[in-house]
Amino acid sequence: MAIIKFKLNNKEVVMDENPNLRLLDVLREKFEFTGVKEGCGEGECGACAVLINNDIVNSCIIPLGNVNGKEIMTIEGFSVSKKYEIIKDAFADEGAVQCGFCTPGMIIASESLLNKNPHPTEEEIKTGLSGNLCRCTGYNSIVKAVKGAAKKGDGLW
Amino acid sequence: MVKNVIPASYSEALKLLNEDSYKLIAGGTDLMVQRRSWSETPPEFPENVLYIFNLEELKYIKEEDGYILIGSTTPVEDLLTNDLTPHLLKEAIGIMASPALRHMATIAGNIGNASPAGDTLPILYILDAIIVLESVEGVRELPINEIITGPRRHVIKENEIIKEIKLPISVFTNSAFEKIGGRKADAISKVSFTGAVNIKDDKVLDFRIAFGAVSATILRRKELEQKYIGLTKEELIGKVDDIVVDYDPFVRPIDDQRSNKEYRKTVALNLLRNFIETL
Repeated sequence: MAIIKFKLNNKEVVMDENPNLRLLDVLREKFEFTGVKEGCGEGECGACAVLINNDIVNSCIIPLGNVNGKEIMTIEGFSVSKKYEIIKDAFADEGAVQCGFCTPGMIIASESLLNKNPHPTEEEIKTGLSGNLCRCTGYNSIVKAVKGAAKKGDGLW
Repeated sequence: MVKNVIPASYSEALKLLNEDSYKLIAGGTDLMVQRRSWSETPPEFPENVLYIFNLEELKYIKEEDGYILIGSTTPVEDLLTNDLTPHLLKEAIGIMASPALRHMATIAGNIGNASPAGDTLPILYILDAIIVLESVEGVRELPINEIITGPRRHVIKENEIIKEIKLPISVFTNSAFEKIGGRKADAISKVSFTGAVNIKDDKVLDFRIAFGAVSATILRRKELEQKYIGLTKEELIGKVDDIVVDYDPFVRPIDDQRSNKEYRKTVALNLLRNFIETL
C-alpha cells in the first residue's frame, strides 16, 4: 500500500492503495468512470485511453503508482468541455460511431492529437489514432470526423 | 510483506535499492503486459516494486562534450519532438507502438527488458550508445553490447539504476531504419534493420549495420563493417553480394508466434541488400 495523490477530472484525490493496481480498474471500480473500457488489456486497442497531463495513455497498462502527482482526465471529465462538444458533434455528423465501444478512446485520442497539432493532415490523424482499434472498422468516417472537428473548432486547440 | 514504494527523489531510489531488492518499473509498458493477470485484477508482482517513472531528475535530453545525453525516465514521445534527438532514433520511435504507449515507454525500458525485438535497441547499437548505471557505490559506464547478454538478460546489478543513455554525436550521409511487423502501430517487430553510412568525397568513411530480432541479441559486427571502409560508393554498391554473404551466417532468427526463421532471414538480408543498392 502507498499514499497516492492525483487530480481526477479536475478533483483532488488521495488514496491509500496498492500501487500495482491498473489505473483502468481504479477508474472503473473505485470511481465508476465506466466510459473507460477494457478491450485487449495489453495496450494495443486504446479502448481504455485516458489523458494524463493532456497526453493520451492506455490505462490498462499503467500502474496506479505511476499517476502520483499527475492530472488524469477520463471521457467523463472531458465531456463537460467545449472541445468535447465539437468532437462529439463531428463524430455524429460523420456517422463515426457504430457499436460505440471504441468511441471514448477515439475521442480521447482525437483530443490528445488536436492538443499537440490543431491542424493535422490526414496522415497525421491516422498516426494519432493508430493505437485505437475500431472493430466495426469505421475508420474512414472517424478520420473524417477528426478533420471536421479540427475545422469547426479552429482556434480552440 | 512485499513493499511497493514510490520514491520522492532519485537519491531515495538509489538508497532503497541498496537496502533491498526491488523490481524497477518505469513506464511499465512491457512489465504490465508480462505480469498481466485476469481482467479486473492487479498484475502479479510477488516481489518488491519501485516506481521510478515520475523521477523528474531523470527526465532530460541535453548535449554535452560530443554526446547527446538522455535521462532514463524520459518518455520516447518527448524524444520525438526534441531537436537534439539523433535522426535515426527519431525514425525508430516514430514507427514504434502508438502515441499512447510512447507517452509512457522509455529507452531504458527497452534496455532493461532486453528483448532482441526492442524497437530502439538496433539504434543504440548502431550509434555506439554508452549506458550509464548508478548505485550508491558510484557510476559506471558500459557500451550497450556489453550490457545485454542474451534475451531478457543483462549485467545491470540489483542495486543499480540506468541513469542515462549517452549517444556519441555522429555524422551519416545515408541512414535508414526499417521495421517489419504485423500491424503498422503497436506491433512487436518480426525483423528490424538499420544501416548508416558516411560517404565524403566519394569515400566510405563509416559503414554500420544492425539487425533486430534475428539473433539472441541485436546483431552488429564491427569487423565486417571495417572491411568496407575506404571504398568508393560505387565499389561499396558493387560488393553488395559479398556483404550479404558476410552477414548471412550471423542472421540466425527463431520461429515464434510472430514469424518464422525462413521469412525473417530472407527479409533481413533483403533489407540489407536494398539499403546498399539504393545508397
